[in-house]
Amino acid sequence: MGLSTWLAMGGYAVFVWPAYGVAAAALGLLAIGSVRRYRMAQRRLARIPGARRGEDS
Amino acid sequence: MHRFANPARFMRLSQVVLPWLAVVTVALLAIGLVLALVVAPPDYQQGESVRIMFVHVPAAWMAMCAYTSLAAASAAALVWRHPLAEIAAEETAPLGAVFTGLCLVSGALWGQPMWGTWWAWDARMTSVLVLFFLYLGYMALLNAFDDPTRGRRAAAILALVGFVNVPIIKFSVDWWNTLHQPASVLRLGGPTIDPSILAPLLVMGLAFTLLFATLLIVRMRAALIERKIRALEATDGRMFG
Repeated sequence: MGLSTWLAMGGYAVFVWPAYGVAAAALGLLAIGSVRRYRMAQRRLARIPGARRGEDS
Repeated sequence: MHRFANPARFMRLSQVVLPWLAVVTVALLAIGLVLALVVAPPDYQQGESVRIMFVHVPAAWMAMCAYTSLAAASAAALVWRHPLAEIAAEETAPLGAVFTGLCLVSGALWGQPMWGTWWAWDARMTSVLVLFFLYLGYMALLNAFDDPTRGRRAAAILALVGFVNVPIIKFSVDWWNTLHQPASVLRLGGPTIDPSILAPLLVMGLAFTLLFATLLIVRMRAALIERKIRALEATDGRMFG
């Protein structure tokens, strides 16, 4: 199977690829947003004096 | 159960589990994508468009699974007022909303070539749209009150009442004449899907489940740290960056 045949998805390329694209974008942004929020919370906690006990690591 | 519901214990346990869970999730997603886009054969009726199913059906499973978790966590939060249950419910809702939105969008992209329409007001599609609005309503209620405790209670009650929609979604294809096809995986008498298509579907389903678990843990850890920061700031009476 050639690459262009595969990309054409038997004529359904305009439906198959957007479906996977939307999934990758939505779940990817959700993951990036969640990790960014987690990192930011960790950094904010580390800046508070006397707060370094267990939960910040 | 209560032993694991301790926030400090959750932080310790989840810290050990999280990296492994993340690695397995990424690996399983990669395998699932190769199976879905390359290995799985085209359907004899639907051709290559059947590959949309490998996104659509796992997203639908997660939409209902997340709502069930949301209702269970809300019930626990109402009964025991446990902070970990509250946080689990609050962090489940946005994840469920994204999976439900993904289910609706991928369904439209599959419906257009197969049924000739992006959308129909049939029982299955309408009840999933209601599920989407239940998630949005839950998140809106959570922040609708000046007193966060009242917002949490109102949102938890909505989550519990809205749970009646989950069996309606599941059985809508049996109870009503829908454009949407009936169940073909979770049904009495076993799946009716060919193994060559069922296997990639189950791998993608497991990958989506683990992704949901990974993101939920990350968000719950973030929420617990944010609560701790607020508590520290309140006791100190000073603002930190």
